[in-house]
Amino acid sequence: MSLPFILFFVFAFIAVMGAVLLILAHEPIHSALALILVMVSLAVLYLLLGAEFIAAVQIIVYAGAIMVLFVFVIMLLNAGVEERTNWSKIAKYAGLPLGIFLLLELAHFLARSGAGATTANGPGASNAAFSTRALSELLFQKYLFPFEATSILILIAILGALVLAKKDS
Amino acid sequence: MEFISQHPVLVVSLVKIVILLLVALTTLAYLTWFERKVVAHIQSRWGPYYVGAHGLLQPLADGVKFLFKEDVTPPSSDKLLYILAPFLALSLALTTLALIPFGPATIYIFGQPTKLIIANVDVSLLFLFAITSIGVYGVALAGWSSNSKYPLLGGLRSSAQMISYEVAMTLSVVGVLLVAGSFNFNEIIEHQAGYYWNFIPRWHVVPQIVGFLCYMTCAVAETNRVPFDLPEGETELVAGFHTEYSSFKFAMFFMAEYANMITVSCLATILFFGGWLSPFPDSWMWTQYIPGAGLLLLGIYLAYDTVRNMRGIARMQLAVVTILSLGIGALCLLPSVMPVVQGPFWFLSKVLVILFFYVLTRGTLPRFRYDQLMAFGWKLLLPVSLVNLVATAAWFVYGWVKQG
Repeated sequence: MSLPFILFFVFAFIAVMGAVLLILAHEPIHSALALILVMVSLAVLYLLLGAEFIAAVQIIVYAGAIMVLFVFVIMLLNAGVEERTNWSKIAKYAGLPLGIFLLLELAHFLARSGAGATTANGPGASNAAFSTRALSELLFQKYLFPFEATSILILIAILGALVLAKKDS
Repeated sequence: MEFISQHPVLVVSLVKIVILLLVALTTLAYLTWFERKVVAHIQSRWGPYYVGAHGLLQPLADGVKFLFKEDVTPPSSDKLLYILAPFLALSLALTTLALIPFGPATIYIFGQPTKLIIANVDVSLLFLFAITSIGVYGVALAGWSSNSKYPLLGGLRSSAQMISYEVAMTLSVVGVLLVAGSFNFNEIIEHQAGYYWNFIPRWHVVPQIVGFLCYMTCAVAETNRVPFDLPEGETELVAGFHTEYSSFKFAMFFMAEYANMITVSCLATILFFGGWLSPFPDSWMWTQYIPGAGLLLLGIYLAYDTVRNMRGIARMQLAVVTILSLGIGALCLLPSVMPVVQGPFWFLSKVLVILFFYVLTRGTLPRFRYDQLMAFGWKLLLPVSLVNLVATAAWFVYGWVKQG
């Protein structure tokens, strides 16, 4: 077993555990931290695939920016322990079987398609195109219009947030 | 030995990590000594004086003191996060050092050729920002988990401050990226080789002076240092986010702060001052002797100081430092070692100069008010670094300079 192979399973396990913790934790801040754990382990998985740029951006954007705001708001509101509600009947009798069915279906397709058999076997096994330069060429030449459209969309969202926040005063 | 031959990269990296950690932790300890000495002399005091010659053993004494103090955990605190926070802060602060290249030379460990850098990734700069951006959690969680008023306010302040200044800091650095055309530290440094009129180094600080000033200001704010040390403003918040911390956990926050200082100074050196490049042209062969000769001169001065000013046990301690300095100086003059030490020597010298300015600002400037701090970051530094970015981009687009 090669080292990247072992690392993949270690970080995949951490990511899944983080996701489970996120749901099970009672304190909001613990949930937020569990989500950060998921983000960081996902970044490590990207790194194992040789996608350094995406790994770094994953941490900067999700763990470093968005989740900091989450934690900040939780701290600012000093949110206490969350209250649990009983499971709704629909979730219990329809949601749970459907969820299990979806999981099985996904597992079935993944097992049949053989996806991941090549990528989990080493850093950058078939990902030479993932270099930052190649990525930026794609973003700023081939997909320039969608990229700029997304930026404007985000800008509009920021302006919308500002307008909403200012309404009271 | 079999393990070494099977996993050469892993073993060599581990050796380098251990060496770097030892050096970094020693440097951290002596940075506190350096800071206390410089600030003391600014204020016409002597600074650490009694423990060891010139107070040189003071960091060791402080470390021992921290280790043996009672470790108090507030009963109402969130235990897990309370313990996690200092570890997060220190380990992340030290991790960034793995990305710093110390020299161009190739060295041999167990017969394996390797560079003076632990992780030479394609996007070093982004990784550094990624790691420092998670560093906010150390401070924020420390403030929150203490479950006490002042730490919470300190934690909130510092996370707000670090988020705000991170934006301007990142933007101020993009100009350099445009000039260098790479995210990789080694490539950024190599791009700065060469000279204007054969003697002024082509460091990025010349075309990117605005970016540099923005960067340094943000860097001081990022590391929560005077004049931006609002998160721990004693007069308002007792000690900010680490009020409730004692013993070695407090020491870890302290060390994290100094490690962050070292990291941002290293980054400034890499991005703006040519990293491990010598400030002198390569054709001046005699400059190769500067590291060794400098250490020898320091050793001679220390020998004079030992004989002239020191008495008793302090004399013996300084004698050890003298011998170390003379020995390393002589080692640096060996023909096989000389080319290797050039890079680290110039790199560390530049970092030391920047750290000196850091300490100088701490000793001379008063603290900002909190609203001034926020206004300064968002209303001045951010627009200035944006303008700098646009100007640099325009510079390239309209072809006033050839991109390398």
